[in-house]
Amino acid sequence: MSLASEILLSLLVVSGGVFTFIGSLGLWRLRDFYTRLHGPTKATTLGVGCLLIASSIHSGLSGDGLSVHEILVSLFLFITAPVSAHLLAKAALHRRLESLAALPHDPAPPPTHVALPDRASPCGGPLRDGT
Amino acid sequence: MLSTALTIAFALVGAAFTLSFLRLLKGPDATDRILALDTLYINAVALLVLLGIQLDSPLYFEAALLIALMGFVGTVALAKFLLRGDIIE
Repeated sequence: MSLASEILLSLLVVSGGVFTFIGSLGLWRLRDFYTRLHGPTKATTLGVGCLLIASSIHSGLSGDGLSVHEILVSLFLFITAPVSAHLLAKAALHRRLESLAALPHDPAPPPTHVALPDRASPCGGPLRDGT
Repeated sequence: MLSTALTIAFALVGAAFTLSFLRLLKGPDATDRILALDTLYINAVALLVLLGIQLDSPLYFEAALLIALMGFVGTVALAKFLLRGDIIE
C-alpha cells in the first residue's frame, strides 16, 4: 500500500470516527427533541459514509476487488435514515412534546382593523384640521 | 499510520456509544429513547465497519448489513407504536 493511499485511508477513517462522535455529542448536548433529532443524521450520512468509502478503498487495495457490501450498507442507510427520522418526528408531534422554538405569531388581524391612511384629509387626520 | 487512525476512530466511536447510552438512560421522553437506540445501531454499524478494516475480513459487512436492516425495522416499529398504539393494524 502506497503512502498516499494510506494517508487517504487514515483521513477517511478519522473523519468518519469524528463525525460519528459529533452525532452522538449532539444527541447528548442539545436541549430539545426536535434539535436532538438533527444530530445523529450527521453520524448516519457523513460518519458511516466516510467509513464505508474507506473500507471500500481498503478492500480494493488489498486485492479483493471492490466489494458490494459497502455499497449495499450505505445505500440502505441513506434510504432508511430519513424515513425513521420522519416517523420519530411524527411520533413526537403526536405526543405534543415541547419545543424550544417560539410559537409562530398570531395570524394577521382581518383587514378591517388595519388603519389605512385617510385620503380625504390632506393633513393626515381630522384632529389636525383646525390648527 | 492506518493502525493509529483506526485506534483514534475506535476511541471516538466508543465515546459516541457512551453518549448515546447516556441519552438512552436519561431521555425525558420515549421518543428520545428511540432516537438513542437508533443512534446506537448506527454506531454499531460504524464499529463493525472499523473492525472489518482492521481485521481485513469481509465477514463483518454481512453483520453490518443485518444490523442496519433490523435496526431500521425496530425504529419504525417503535415509532409506529407511539403513533398509533399498535404496530400491525
